[in-house]
Amino acid sequence: MMEIMEGSHAVARAVTMCRPQVIAAYPITPQTHIVEALAEIVANCELDADYITVESEFSALSACLGASAAGSRVYSATTSQGLALMFEVCFNVAGMRQPVVMSIVNRALGAPLSIWNDHQDSISLRDSGWMQFYAEDNQEATDLHYIAYKVAEDHRVLLPSFVCFDGFILSHTYEPVDMLNQEQADSYLPPFKPYHRLDADDPISFGLFASPDYYQEFRYENDQALRSAQDVVASCGREFGEMFGRDYSGLVEAYRLDDADTAIVAMGSLCGTVKDAIDELRDAGKKVGLLKIRSFRPFPAEEIKSALSGVSRVAVLDKNISLGSKGAACLEIRDALYGSQIPVLGYVLALGGRDVRKKDIAAIVDNAEKGRGDIVYGLREELLK
Amino acid sequence: MTDKPCNLFDVGHRACGGCAAALAAKLILEAAGKNTIVVSATGCMEVFSTPYPETAWGVPWIHSLFENNSAVASGVVASLKKQGRTEKVIALGGDGATVDIGMLCISGAFERGTDFTYICYDNEAYMNTGIQRSGATPYDASTTTSPAGKCSFGNPRPKKDLPAILAAHGAPYVATASVAYPADFKKKVEKAVNIPGPCYIQVHAPCCTGWGFEGEKTIAIGKLAIETGLWVNYEMENGEVTRVKKVRRKPVEDYLTEQKRFRHLFRPKKNDGEIAKIQQIADRNAEKYGTDIVLKK
Ligand SMILES: Cc1ncc(C[n+]2csc(CCOP(=O)(O)OP(=O)(O)O)c2C)c(N)n1
Ligand SMILES: [Mg+2]
Repeated sequence: MMEIMEGSHAVARAVTMCRPQVIAAYPITPQTHIVEALAEIVANCELDADYITVESEFSALSACLGASAAGSRVYSATTSQGLALMFEVCFNVAGMRQPVVMSIVNRALGAPLSIWNDHQDSISLRDSGWMQFYAEDNQEATDLHYIAYKVAEDHRVLLPSFVCFDGFILSHTYEPVDMLNQEQADSYLPPFKPYHRLDADDPISFGLFASPDYYQEFRYENDQALRSAQDVVASCGREFGEMFGRDYSGLVEAYRLDDADTAIVAMGSLCGTVKDAIDELRDAGKKVGLLKIRSFRPFPAEEIKSALSGVSRVAVLDKNISLGSKGAACLEIRDALYGSQIPVLGYVLALGGRDVRKKDIAAIVDNAEKGRGDIVYGLREELLK
Repeated sequence: MTDKPCNLFDVGHRACGGCAAALAAKLILEAAGKNTIVVSATGCMEVFSTPYPETAWGVPWIHSLFENNSAVASGVVASLKKQGRTEKVIALGGDGATVDIGMLCISGAFERGTDFTYICYDNEAYMNTGIQRSGATPYDASTTTSPAGKCSFGNPRPKKDLPAILAAHGAPYVATASVAYPADFKKKVEKAVNIPGPCYIQVHAPCCTGWGFEGEKTIAIGKLAIETGLWVNYEMENGEVTRVKKVRRKPVEDYLTEQKRFRHLFRPKKNDGEIAKIQQIADRNAEKYGTDIVLKK
């Protein structure tokens, strides 16, 4: 049913319908509305979950790890500083192959302190072994939660997942969202069946200490699981489409890309602006298209390579920067296109919530056509003098 | 409680000969029984008991990080509750994991009233990483980060009183114990796991490698700690001290001279001033907890 809802509330409702048995989260702007909404939902017995009011994000994710290992479906949500505080636990959860699902309401990292959106928080954890899905709008943000649980808990995957959506731009914005009802949600997402669990009737040990004789194999298997998750993401996304009419079988999504000279690559809510800009550029005779990355981990390098095979240049928009190097997506796209002769130009932009307008996209396309890339776009003029 | 030998904590682990922590693990599981889930912190216990692909644990066991066992345990407890399961949850940590780096998570778990038992095996330093001081290292003990030297007598501070801090959280049951008194320790573990809410036991676990004594003396050293008043075995129920192990006190020197970590107090010449300060700590303990056996006139 279509409803006009705030992004955070839509996500909280979707999470409720995924029936997590244990929730542990700690408030931080702009994630707070989700955890407040879930607290209210649990307080009103609309969800039979144990809501652990932890004293920190570090404990939130640690509690989720314990609850998941003991055999329950779990949920957390955070952003920015909270995610940074979870750094150590993130690697641990992935290493122990626990299918934790966590919403990341993307926000910049301090210093300087900023509560506004960019992707530095989740991107900084790209090597932790978590899946990372990025939503363009609130419909996608809600739908991706069902898909994330289904993929994460699939015994061929068994990896945790971030569902990322942009702080304020999506989380605090009212949009029409088609919500599944509980029956639909249950038909798509079956109850959690742990692969192993802490159980006195079948005692096993989790989280052992591995010598150099074994450690590398654990990492290898982790990597293999994340790579092969691509197929599971595609099939779970397809199944969602078959059941509810919104297809998520692609880990990337193309917009007016078929005959494009310039391909823009972007993630998250920025894609909406880019699509509008492309429509105007097309009207003005410029052949521009978009490749949206929905799944940054697993990273669909082959899909990207074939989607971009016909273009003359690629302009990658990154709301993050690996300081001293480039934006994360730019580097990955360049790697995916290695050997193809297609120039890949990187544009770091919108850090700490700097607004991106259609004319900025037009300016970036202009830059790309002139071969001018690998820049931080939209700096204040006084810095450029 | 069972006195039968049991293999819930199996032999073949990599602990030093005479390791009190290994003994503590065995006693804990003998007391708690097989319907128990253990959440361990990083430290000697975790490393010596679970070298992949082996494990010494005959009960379900999980280790995540150095400082989060209370938070992981909180999740385990919540998870079991939602599934209607009955296993008892024990979080296990060394003194470093417990009184230092894990304080945030422990405080949170106790404040939330989590139904679990936290057991700290207190070997009075970070042993796993090579005998560095912790907040539970006693006054004047020489460790690798509080070495005795020309202008140092070793660790400059007395032990942090974590039992009192957790009692102040409203914990229904807080106890101290020693591996030198195994029956007493087991009784306390059994009691703790059966009391609803967060319970805490700090068990004194002499470390032959870190303290500098021969492995066969672990129990003797543990006894001396109590007999000198430098360790007190007590129980606190709802914030009140309800039971204390009474002793006929010996001078602290009897304890100090047995361990290399205090050797600098006796060589090259005896440091009467510092030994007197340690004696004062024992005297204050005796007074605070009323440990001295007073003979009737
Ligand atoms: C966050 C973090 N900091 C430091 C370490 C290194 N480290 C591992 S075990 C340990 C000391 C453990 O001391 P304690 O808790 O007293 O246990 P013990 O080894 O004495 O049994 C340290 C410092 C770590 N694993 N993680
Ligand atoms: Mg220690």
